[in-house]
Amino acid sequence: MSDLLTTPIPESEAIEASGAKPRSLTLNMGPQHPSTHGVLRLELELDGETILKCRPDIGYLHTGIEKEFEVKNYQQAVTLTDRIDYLAPLSNNLCYCLAVEKLLGLEIPPLAQWTRVMLTELTRLNSHLVWLGTHAIDIGAMSVFLYCFREREDILRIFEMYSGQRMMTSYFRIGGLALEPPRGWQQRVRTFIEAFPGKVDEYEELLTNNRIWIGRTRGIGYMSIEDMLDLGISGPMLRAAGLKCDARKDQPYSSYEKFDFEVPTRTEGDVYSRYLVRIEEMRQSARIVKQALEGMPTGRWTADAPHVVLPDREKMKTQMEALIYHFKIVTEGFRVPAGEVYQVIESPRGEVGYYVIGDGTTHPYRVHVRGPSFGNLQGVPRMVEGTLIADVIASIGSMDFVLGDCDR
Amino acid sequence: MLPENLKENATAAALEAFDGGAVLSGKFDRGELTIDVTPDKIVSVCGFLKYDLGFVRLSTVSGVDWYPAEPRFEVVYHLHSLDRNERLRLKCRLPGSDPQIDSVTEVWRGANWYERETFDLFGVRFRNHPDLRRIMLPDDWQGHPLRKDYNITGDRI
Repeated sequence: MSDLLTTPIPESEAIEASGAKPRSLTLNMGPQHPSTHGVLRLELELDGETILKCRPDIGYLHTGIEKEFEVKNYQQAVTLTDRIDYLAPLSNNLCYCLAVEKLLGLEIPPLAQWTRVMLTELTRLNSHLVWLGTHAIDIGAMSVFLYCFREREDILRIFEMYSGQRMMTSYFRIGGLALEPPRGWQQRVRTFIEAFPGKVDEYEELLTNNRIWIGRTRGIGYMSIEDMLDLGISGPMLRAAGLKCDARKDQPYSSYEKFDFEVPTRTEGDVYSRYLVRIEEMRQSARIVKQALEGMPTGRWTADAPHVVLPDREKMKTQMEALIYHFKIVTEGFRVPAGEVYQVIESPRGEVGYYVIGDGTTHPYRVHVRGPSFGNLQGVPRMVEGTLIADVIASIGSMDFVLGDCDR
Repeated sequence: MLPENLKENATAAALEAFDGGAVLSGKFDRGELTIDVTPDKIVSVCGFLKYDLGFVRLSTVSGVDWYPAEPRFEVVYHLHSLDRNERLRLKCRLPGSDPQIDSVTEVWRGANWYERETFDLFGVRFRNHPDLRRIMLPDDWQGHPLRKDYNITGDRI
């Protein structure tokens, strides 16, 4: 016994003597890992620091929203769409409303369409700011987070001004907007959007030429266009690999065709290029907001469809017809003709799709939500297998997923 | 068989020419093309659409339950072609008892999770799927919540 303690045995001999074979180590990253920003579990099989296999496990945030759509009437269901992707609530509002409006065949007035464009672009800024801040904090750049949340606060205040809510706005309704745009919105939006490009310069000053940032992100998390298309990945990740694919340009909706903006692309397909693409997207979104601000049409904010849109209080108190419509819409909801629609829009994260089936009643028969995060997360194994464990955080951070959107 | 108004549609006509027996019907409604396909031929039809007609993206797969009608289930594939800037919806109708269909994961690897989701929430089995497990719900969950006859109000005590 004492011999064993005093005489050191060479390591390789000791392994041989014990009869053990080299084997991999399985490590659970999550569901509570801070970098997953939600509850995502990655089951990693490691050989030293190299990842041999990665199995993502999702579903921790599954709330059965698709089932809940079936028991709400069409207008009530708008509030569910906010909660799917809680960093881009207005994008989801918009997609759902467009789908139902397509079923109803509603014509949306220009003021509502432009306001929708402006607010969804502010949502894109909001979402990209949260992404940039948290992505940077994951990699170790603490201060960017504080800068980003400073601007995000301004955007949330604008949302609050419009809808009374900071996050779950539900501001877009079937048939237009929930409320008339508030008095003085131009001033608020102008102050913000004129200062914003300077703020983006600040973030870039902190990161774009930062040696540590480049070291942690350049060449990391590479994926080819073919792999991404095959795996169903969409949005900025695809554009960072060089594919110019953006629903705002390809299948314009809500009068996006009237706005002048570029779709930024890169060719590298790594974490750094995704960062650059999103930074440029922020500048382009700011351009769109500015155009919307300057060219905002006047007129009504809801469609001329008394059977869908609630009447004004004034009319309700003076006209019998309006009162009847109000009663019917509130108690029963409005009927949507039978049919099916798959509406796609470009959310900050990629392609959002709402597949709405109507059966002629006041409730949707079925709503299927194609969340971009669900499609994107499928690519995690392809992206991280064979790389080092330290790069997993940078890689999954660059996907910008929201687990609520993934699990629904 | 395609209806008359779809004979002019390039995608629908090409699909009909590829395999007339696979196309059951089709419609063009609100600017969206839907084609009903025989479930047995879904893999070959998807392969043709991807490699010959350029539908490189599978946007999503959704299930629909038409309970109590028969055939009860629909599996709906939403395809997207970037070159043609076109979207297409394929539908397969499946019976209520033991719904099964071939997996299209060999055409698009991305179908994996979408099919798992449909399996999890509707109980449609995808043959030849590499990893057909529940994805949203816990592994020991009973039933398939998006079915129309799923009990959502709880059991009476």
